[in-house]
Amino acid sequence: MTTTGAESAPGPSKAQPAVTTRPRAAIAERTLRKDRWWLPPGIVAIGLAAWVTYATVRVFLKENYWVAEHHYLTPFYSPCVSLECIPEAAHFGRFVPDLPILPYAVISLPILLLFRLTCYYYRKAYYRSFWLSPPACAVPDGHARYTGETRFPLVLQNFHRYTFYLVVVITAINTWDMFLAFGGEAGFGIGLGNLVLLLNVIFLWLYTLSCHSCRHVTGGRLKHFSKHPIRYRWWTFVSRINPKHMQFAWISLGTLALVDAYVMAVSAGWITDLRFFN
Amino acid sequence: MRNFRIWRGDASSGALEDYQVEVNEGEVVLDVLHRLQATQTPDLACRWNCKAGKCGSCSVEINGMPKLACMTRMSTFTADETITVTPLRTFPVIRDLVTDVSYNYVKAREMPAFSPPPDLAPGEYRMQQVDVERSQEFRKCIECFLCQNVCHVVRDHEENKLAFAGPRLFIRAAELDMHPLDARTDRKEHTRDRQGVGYCNITKCCTEVCPEHIKITDNAIIPMKERVVDRRYDPLVWLGRKIFRRDQVEQQAAAEDTTPAPASPETVTHRASPGQVNWAQEIQVPPAPAVGPDGRFAMSEVLIDRAGAPSPFGDDVTFPVDPEQLRYLHPRTDED
Amino acid sequence: MSIQRHQYDVVVIGAGGAGLRAAIEARLAGAKTAVISKSLFGKAHTVMAEGGAAAAMGNVNPGDSWQVHFRDTMRGGKFLNDVRMAELHAKESPERVWELEIYGALFDRTKDGRISQRNFGGHEYPRLAHVGDRTGLEMIRTLQQKIVSLQQEDRAATGEYESRLRVFDETTVTELLLEDGKVAGAFGYDRESGEFLLFEAPAVVLATGGIGRSFKVTSNSWEYTGDGHALALRAGGKLINMEFIQFHPTGMVWPPSVKGILVTESVRGDGGVLKNTEGQRFMFDYVPDVFRAYYADTPEEADRWYDDPDNNRRPPELLPRDEVARAINAEVKAGRGTKAGGVLLDIASRRSAEFIQRKLPSMYHQFKELADVDITAQPMEVGPTCHYVMGGVEVDADTGAATGAVEGLFAAGEVSGGMHGSNRLGGNSLSDLLVFGKRAGEHAAAYATALPSRPRPSQADVTTAEEAALAPLARGDGENPYALQQELQDVMQSLVGIIRRRGELEDSLQRLAELRERVDKVGATGGRRYNPGWHLALDLRNMLVVSECTARAALEREESRGGHTREDFPDMKPEWRRVTLVCSLAGADEVRLAQQPVTPMRPELAGLFERDELAKYYTPEELSSATADLG
Repeated sequence: MTTTGAESAPGPSKAQPAVTTRPRAAIAERTLRKDRWWLPPGIVAIGLAAWVTYATVRVFLKENYWVAEHHYLTPFYSPCVSLECIPEAAHFGRFVPDLPILPYAVISLPILLLFRLTCYYYRKAYYRSFWLSPPACAVPDGHARYTGETRFPLVLQNFHRYTFYLVVVITAINTWDMFLAFGGEAGFGIGLGNLVLLLNVIFLWLYTLSCHSCRHVTGGRLKHFSKHPIRYRWWTFVSRINPKHMQFAWISLGTLALVDAYVMAVSAGWITDLRFFN
Repeated sequence: MRNFRIWRGDASSGALEDYQVEVNEGEVVLDVLHRLQATQTPDLACRWNCKAGKCGSCSVEINGMPKLACMTRMSTFTADETITVTPLRTFPVIRDLVTDVSYNYVKAREMPAFSPPPDLAPGEYRMQQVDVERSQEFRKCIECFLCQNVCHVVRDHEENKLAFAGPRLFIRAAELDMHPLDARTDRKEHTRDRQGVGYCNITKCCTEVCPEHIKITDNAIIPMKERVVDRRYDPLVWLGRKIFRRDQVEQQAAAEDTTPAPASPETVTHRASPGQVNWAQEIQVPPAPAVGPDGRFAMSEVLIDRAGAPSPFGDDVTFPVDPEQLRYLHPRTDED
Repeated sequence: MSIQRHQYDVVVIGAGGAGLRAAIEARLAGAKTAVISKSLFGKAHTVMAEGGAAAAMGNVNPGDSWQVHFRDTMRGGKFLNDVRMAELHAKESPERVWELEIYGALFDRTKDGRISQRNFGGHEYPRLAHVGDRTGLEMIRTLQQKIVSLQQEDRAATGEYESRLRVFDETTVTELLLEDGKVAGAFGYDRESGEFLLFEAPAVVLATGGIGRSFKVTSNSWEYTGDGHALALRAGGKLINMEFIQFHPTGMVWPPSVKGILVTESVRGDGGVLKNTEGQRFMFDYVPDVFRAYYADTPEEADRWYDDPDNNRRPPELLPRDEVARAINAEVKAGRGTKAGGVLLDIASRRSAEFIQRKLPSMYHQFKELADVDITAQPMEVGPTCHYVMGGVEVDADTGAATGAVEGLFAAGEVSGGMHGSNRLGGNSLSDLLVFGKRAGEHAAAYATALPSRPRPSQADVTTAEEAALAPLARGDGENPYALQQELQDVMQSLVGIIRRRGELEDSLQRLAELRERVDKVGATGGRRYNPGWHLALDLRNMLVVSECTARAALEREESRGGHTREDFPDMKPEWRRVTLVCSLAGADEVRLAQQPVTPMRPELAGLFERDELAKYYTPEELSSATADLG
């Protein structure tokens, strides 16, 4: 479906040696970097693999996701739409039949997955760590041929923006869950779980809003900021948090795992929630 | 005394050679290269100009990383460390540390230039600071071509050089697309189709090596990718395109696009003297075939305004053409 | 090896601001044009200009006009400027700057969206169009991109990018070729391959910049070897005002990684003081009598000025550039300088780190990155640095055509002389490039078109040039070019440097004569392909002849004015203002110096000045005739 530049670019004329076949410097070493360039991609690979393993296990565990007493719901099961969901935990109705291959939050999880998969930061992370393309700067790429994101399936990375729109809705649902958790069986109350949920929601929003697509749609696409002062202010805000997109990506992974582990632990009765009020 | 390993050679062959050279406090790698030239190897080839990180001439690879030799301080190495200096890997080597960087200039020449707004005279330009700031960041570029060199798309895949313009030219595209007064509207298409922005997999090495600290990826490439999405990957637009076959019409427009954008005032005033060909004369572009507002040909002969096919030269050209209107000089054989 | 031949209407030597502007204009005028650059396209030394381009657009202060700009320029040059050039420059620079916007330049903006202008030393109103502190880079890039856009137009018209405008990068011209006193072409070599090129062209524009590489401490790049000056001399042109060289008083002298990089005056304006190695703030000892009334006597008063400039006199660190340079020079010569030959500029002990970082961000980052020098924590080692040469090829103001026994030679930019008189104002160089680059390109094209028949370079001249260029390679065991360059730099820096004396200047001529003999025996090892040793060996001849002009003129002019300071003649003398020193070549390489009267100012221009002001520069009889004309 895509035509690459190779087909449409005008061929070089004799006066312009666009792509010369003149040889490069003959340097035997594939890279002359002496620092530990393999360390950052290695850490990223381990970190992402560990998180994905944890998340997969948890999503298919299908238990200990709801603390009935305090109305804590883990984001891994929100919104809980499967017919097998605990009714109180299903804030948006139950309408999906339960199949072993389907997680309970079958609507939100694929969206979240796609959002993070097409995120400009995660792309850098996994292209470097898993695809070795390239593993680090000035270190040779591990592939003989390379067409980048010009062809199927990687051309689909361009749809990041639409996953962003959907994730805004999911994050709003997570926020709603967080608010609901302040009202447990005994009415209004605050416990450690609430704070963990709150922390998670804050970082989810920071990660979501610092997205490059968000930066583009809020104002980046404009030619004249001066004619759109409000959108310019929005863009300025997003531009301020956007450079930390990578940090927010990792921190929000951490808070997601944390809040899920906490809810699981309380729900399973391994620990009791620390209550500050009621 | 420090150990240096410097790549010496040319296109036919070459190798890393060892040198022992005196290093004084406060020096940079370029100072050491100069000392080598003055004392040991007068013919060691390296480029340099300003020696202040402002011209971008002395790009080399130091211990495997692309760097400016004038901005790499000797104090960043340990005393017993051997420092390896090699030419840029991505470009053909000329001699020693000097490479042929014409790839970058060729790509720059394929980039449609700034297109001034036709209705403004010099001195009438009004732009707000907030509107020019984004483009100003990209104009900080000193054209050291470290980003072009480190980019794995061409560094590791020579064959991509044809289709891929490289980070330096993406910031140029972004600069012009964000220029408040640029009159062209097809820059996004150009970035996708002619520059190959899709080849970039945003692994950010260009930003890592930029000595001017331009946020190449975050501020130029990703915004350009998003702008391309605006035009090319909006599902509704795409669907419309497929259904109404606007693709073909646009490709045709792109092909015609090799004619220059609005002629600058200077060209218009330029007149050829008699007997010469007026090369600057605008050749009329044949009008596009008669398509309806939906970009499609009329489906029925009843609706078409003539019998038979439209003239391939356009409807308003009558033959024979006045020779004065041609950009063609008939060769004369009676000279020399 | 065969010689590549190229035919052009106009050949521009030099691809800095002036050269590119000239090439654009020549191409727009319909001439087939070549631009020759010693470096890659777009790396010219113009990128180093930080301040801005002076143009009386009046965007910030509507009171500005070309007349005021003209007045400032004349004052800055101590009335030795070529009046017509100063006038054209002041009148045309706004248009030239606006033109850059059409080419795509993005200057900083005012609130109402026009080009912002900033204050600068010597300019009465805010006048410098700028982009942060990288105006020179913006200008080079803009002109470079305009050339590319013209090439794109040519491609659309002819199918070939380089059909009418071609850039020969990394190419050096070693000789101009003449026929009967008319320019017939230029001979040079391609640095990359070492192959020779012959450009057959009836008009050549010199835009090669300055001569700073002849000095030890300089802000100039390796290209600044006075090629254009020497080419013009050898072709029969004349150099004027070569004694006037602008030294910036505070360039870094240590560490070597930043040697020659300028420390802006605002470091002193924001509280930096100069100290010798004994820790003494010495500038108080160097306030000349004429300035006593304006400068503080005590450190206490000087320190109060920063906060309350209305009721206190200025600190002596803010004396004019030449005074500060002279003081530093004197301290170093008295043995109170640092090992590297500088003094200490201290702002770290006087201002907080936040203050320095806020006020001088680019200075702070530059030194931090290039030299790991933290200017908020330690003093800087500074000394006078060669920055700009006011002198150069004598040209006709309106056309840029070189005077003397040569036709078809044009010059613009730093290589031309006269415009700046004895001292250049900051910001006037960038506008100079545009105004006179355009004029030179335009008139070179017109000259080439009007020429009834084209001169042809003779084969004998080509052969001579080829042999001269190959000579160093044949002397593999000859003198080391790097050592010779270093000695030349030593001679020029210490004997023809910022403060000059008769004895030292005579000495320098002696040493230059000795060096000349050795330069004739310079050798280069290695082949012809990209061989910097060989290239330097060829440049040395140019450096030497231009240095000699400077030394001779400096010896002749027995006064101190602008960029020329004689310790034995410390005052400015009106009778010397009427004289321009002209350098030319007799025979092969013999430098001849002559005096030439300065063209008087037209009455309406003289009327822009107060009589009292003119009286400071003019002799009494000149003054009476100038004011009599006014009526």
